[in-house]
Amino acid sequence: MSTSVERFDDKARGAFDQIGDNQVYVGELLRHRVYTRFLHWMVAIFFFLALFSGFGIYLPWLFRWFTPVFGGGAVARALHPWFGIGFAVFFGLQTLNWLAPMTWTAADSRWMRNLKSMIAGKEKLEPPDTHFFNAGQKLQFWEIILGTIVLLITGIIMWSGAHSLGRLTVAVSYILHDIFALIMLFGIFIHLYLSTIGQPGTFQGMIRGAVSEKWAWTFHPAWFQEVTGRDAREAVEQARRDTAASGSSPKLPMV
Amino acid sequence: MSNRQTLQIQQMSGHSGPIAGAGVQRDLEVCKLVDTTTCIGCKACEVACVEWNDMPFAATMFDNTYQTMPETRWNFWNLIKFNEHQKEDGTLMWLMRKDQCMHCADPGCLRACPAEGAIVQYANGIVDFQQENCIGCEFCVSGCPFNIPKFNSSTKKVYKCTLCSDRVSAGLEPACIKACPTGCLKFGTKDDMKMHAEARATQLRDHFGFEKAGVYDPASIGGTHVIYVLHDASNPELYGNLPRNPQIPWSYTVWKWLAKPVLGTLSLLGLVGVLFHYVTVGPRRAQPEPPRRSTEPSPQSRGKKEGQ
Repeated sequence: MSTSVERFDDKARGAFDQIGDNQVYVGELLRHRVYTRFLHWMVAIFFFLALFSGFGIYLPWLFRWFTPVFGGGAVARALHPWFGIGFAVFFGLQTLNWLAPMTWTAADSRWMRNLKSMIAGKEKLEPPDTHFFNAGQKLQFWEIILGTIVLLITGIIMWSGAHSLGRLTVAVSYILHDIFALIMLFGIFIHLYLSTIGQPGTFQGMIRGAVSEKWAWTFHPAWFQEVTGRDAREAVEQARRDTAASGSSPKLPMV
Repeated sequence: MSNRQTLQIQQMSGHSGPIAGAGVQRDLEVCKLVDTTTCIGCKACEVACVEWNDMPFAATMFDNTYQTMPETRWNFWNLIKFNEHQKEDGTLMWLMRKDQCMHCADPGCLRACPAEGAIVQYANGIVDFQQENCIGCEFCVSGCPFNIPKFNSSTKKVYKCTLCSDRVSAGLEPACIKACPTGCLKFGTKDDMKMHAEARATQLRDHFGFEKAGVYDPASIGGTHVIYVLHDASNPELYGNLPRNPQIPWSYTVWKWLAKPVLGTLSLLGLVGVLFHYVTVGPRRAQPEPPRRSTEPSPQSRGKKEGQ
């Protein structure tokens, strides 16, 4: 399976690189190619369309002011499943595209144990074995996959209706659909924060596709080393030792 | 019966807090009594319903019975269900039941509906859909134990029998009652109709040999504002899937009034959380690049593995 998926992904990446361009300036690294960026933003568009049309069904008394954007509550309800299917299709492609870098490793389990001090801001640098994605990103990726599967199944049950699948099945689906939508809503806040103001320099990786080398060695050191062949962490340690030996004033990066 | 031109609202879907003006005036609970033992299946009520509600004449669907169509439709709210039943002694019974909204005291449709004011229950017991507030989610379809609300895919709204709330509010009986030639349909207060029904059931038991005759007014949903006299009240399923013990899925109350607000608030904590993380801990910034050693490869000799 993996080979045919790889062939498909390679083909798609190549085709999209023909259409779009990856501008990488001096001091930058290519992070996301055109295909990945395209999929990400298609997923984002469908996510927010499904989310906002879903708000009008979730709590109409609170969000009825918002549904005219879609043409009224009934039209929002009619469009919502199609937005969901759009989301599932593009996230499905993204899943194939990202399956390899999103695979969970031992380094990720170590990362998760370190989560508390990471959130508290005590760690300015990611652990040296953090590769293309860190464990937090992978966690969200797999959470979205689980969420999409549940939302798709329960959504189709609700779409088919109580006539065909029974009243209780549909009634239980409402609850599961809401729970997983809310889990994904919770996740999107964290995703939006960390990809913009919470970790400056990340956003352009998904817009232009390139990130600065500084960003890369700070947040994804193992990936940085693989791409550049330089062990940035070792260089920091070496410089620190040199400085200590010579006794001169340190010219070190702020770690 | 009320002679006011408006009906007071007692319950409203998707509405938290009290109903404005509820309980200001007293009102009697109304009830439609359907005596299946005197129904002759003439379908005058079907025609009267279609006429009064100005609905287009719907295409009939023949399924080897006298029934007009298999089930009610969004524009056909009143349907006589014809059922043939063979008794133990080999004789046949032809059971006819007028199928329509039962106007439950505890309406499953109203419990399931998330849209504020799309389903209301008046103080007189009539459950009515307000299509201008309906979002067409069809949750009411799963809430109803009688398979009554029907979705119209072109207007994207759900429709059902109104118990002629427009006529009742003007002091008139529902159209189907007016059209019934045998008197098998009666309309009045719930207490009166219940009394009539019990009297008729007693008559059927004592004088007509229907030992199991009784009144269908299911307690599991608090009673209904349409009640039946049945020849065999112990077996309502005979009358075209009339549920013996209609149930509303338990999950609606928990889902609407606990899970939705609580989980919604919890997910909003994600937004509050990242905001205060920015304010208190602050962002993580990219660190300056470490000094490059002479032994390291130059930027030109980089591999092309970058980018996913």
